[in-house]
Amino acid sequence: MRVVIAEDLALLRDGLTRLLTAYGLEVVGAVDNGPSLLRALTTLRPDVAVVDVRLPPTFTDEGLRAAAAARAQLPGLPVMVLSQHVEQLYARELLSDRAGGVGYLLKDRVSDVGRFVDAVRQVAAGGTVMDPEVVGQLLARRSRETPLQRLTAREREVLALMAEGRSNAAIAARLAVTDKAVSKHINSILTKLDLPPSDDDNRRVLAVLAYLDG
Amino acid sequence: MVAQNGRVITGWVRNGTVAAARGLVFAVLSQTVTIVLVVASLLAVVFVALGIGVLAVPVVAAGARALADLHRRLARDWSGVDIPRPYRSPSEPVGGVRGAWRRCWWVLTDPATWRDLLWLLVEIVLGLVLGLLPFCLIVKGLEGIFVAPFLWLLVDGYGYGAVWPIENPAEALLSTLPGASMLLLGLAVGPWILRLHALIARSLLGPTRAAELHRRVDHLAASRTGVVDARAAELRRIERDLHDGPQARLAALGMNIGLAEELLARDPDEARRLLAEARTVSGEALAELRSLVRGIHPPVLAERGLGPAVQALALALPLPVTLDLDLPGRLEPPLESAAYFCVAEALANVVKHSGAGQAEVRLAHRSGRLTMTVTDDGVGGADPDAGSGLHGVRRRLVAFDGTLAVVSPAGGPTTVTMELPCE
Repeated sequence: MRVVIAEDLALLRDGLTRLLTAYGLEVVGAVDNGPSLLRALTTLRPDVAVVDVRLPPTFTDEGLRAAAAARAQLPGLPVMVLSQHVEQLYARELLSDRAGGVGYLLKDRVSDVGRFVDAVRQVAAGGTVMDPEVVGQLLARRSRETPLQRLTAREREVLALMAEGRSNAAIAARLAVTDKAVSKHINSILTKLDLPPSDDDNRRVLAVLAYLDG
Repeated sequence: MVAQNGRVITGWVRNGTVAAARGLVFAVLSQTVTIVLVVASLLAVVFVALGIGVLAVPVVAAGARALADLHRRLARDWSGVDIPRPYRSPSEPVGGVRGAWRRCWWVLTDPATWRDLLWLLVEIVLGLVLGLLPFCLIVKGLEGIFVAPFLWLLVDGYGYGAVWPIENPAEALLSTLPGASMLLLGLAVGPWILRLHALIARSLLGPTRAAELHRRVDHLAASRTGVVDARAAELRRIERDLHDGPQARLAALGMNIGLAEELLARDPDEARRLLAEARTVSGEALAELRSLVRGIHPPVLAERGLGPAVQALALALPLPVTLDLDLPGRLEPPLESAAYFCVAEALANVVKHSGAGQAEVRLAHRSGRLTMTVTDDGVGGADPDAGSGLHGVRRRLVAFDGTLAVVSPAGGPTTVTMELPCE
């Protein structure tokens, strides 16, 4: 799997390169600014890009904008966005084209190496991965509304993990229950929230996120 | 067309008449209250030497200032001339003899007191002359038109204007022409004389350039002290937070990793447990740093500016917030930051105290002013003087010459309006 990394701090750029290489991913490019990122994405066409939001030259949201520009040219180009802080505003922008292949995580999450590499692979495969903090904020904001109050505590847990983009198997492992139990919870949640049942994991995640962001 | 002309003429006559009547008010004031105050002022100053004046000076000065205030108000209401009050703000009240001395001293050392006295003296003459002029012109004009043509028949040796005495009907009719001219002149000059009077009053009752600078310096000194204090308190808070949070956690992290290194060969299981703990601690340190950074300068504000930062803020609140943003371009960074934290504190207040179901934020940057309005449908009763978060908002605004206005009747709704000049 071919990866392009965009991170301006050498320490973190090298760390990411080492980490992804150790897990058998091929880092074909490692850049440290917005314009180089856009060039690398459009010429190298990697299977996935791992991008820091804040990059030179402006040190604002350069990385986010370069990723958006690249996805405008190459629809669905998988991008995993990393940041020191997560914002619903940016999550909303990243999800707006509903094309999938999007991840948005705090840089902290990289320290859970196995989970992080899984997330990168998931995004490369066209999946959607959201940081628990984004999901937590969304849930907190909508928690007063009745449809969410009809969910049981366990169902809320499953909903949060589902919104983060985890597969049924991952949810089952996390909650130490069977896959079948997870499927049952998910069906119950989708019914209570009036969302269409779907076998396509990614479409399901997007529907849940869209519902929560409503 | 005719009707319109008629209206214009009626309006003109009314304005002239009203102005003449207002002039009379000034004339009466100048010959009564003004004279009394001049005499009282002079006596009070003289009696300071005898002691009793110490008590009299502040009282008389208060009277003079009340009369001056009345003239300021009339100048604004009748002539549209704005005259700011130039007086220095009093020191804290102290009782007893010392307090009396201090009040007297405060009055006597204020240059505005002596300018008031000069104005009182001028006003005795000016009020009379300017006040009576239009009125006299109108009365004399009316005499020329309506009285002179007939009165010469009854009173022997009566005359009008240049014709003195009037001796035949032709001469009598001659008086109507100067009469009409005087009437028109009186009506025409009335409003202008009123305005002239107000302008002269402003030159004496308004603040001098020096007084204006003096007030400005006082204001800046006070607001600078506030800013410096707030800055220092904020730095102390950040230092404490860094010391107790991330710094402590990084130290623990180093210890954990060092210990794990030691144990790697002897007790790999324990080493793994320590490393897992180290990872948790590093996550906590990062989370603490993140919340600290938000308090110093929110990342979205740095990355996108005020509008998106407020949008991101609204998204993170537990109640729906409607936004109405009219912000062409970005502001200067210090202003942007001040504006953001004002809105953030106002919204935090809504969440903490109002019990509101929804809120609205309007930001408009027009003609060199940023107007920020935060409205909620909560319980009301917000008071910026009661030490709530709004007090902090005011402090932030004052540093930039901004203003805060709160309308919050008991039962709500609450509207907080904040303005920042941003030339």
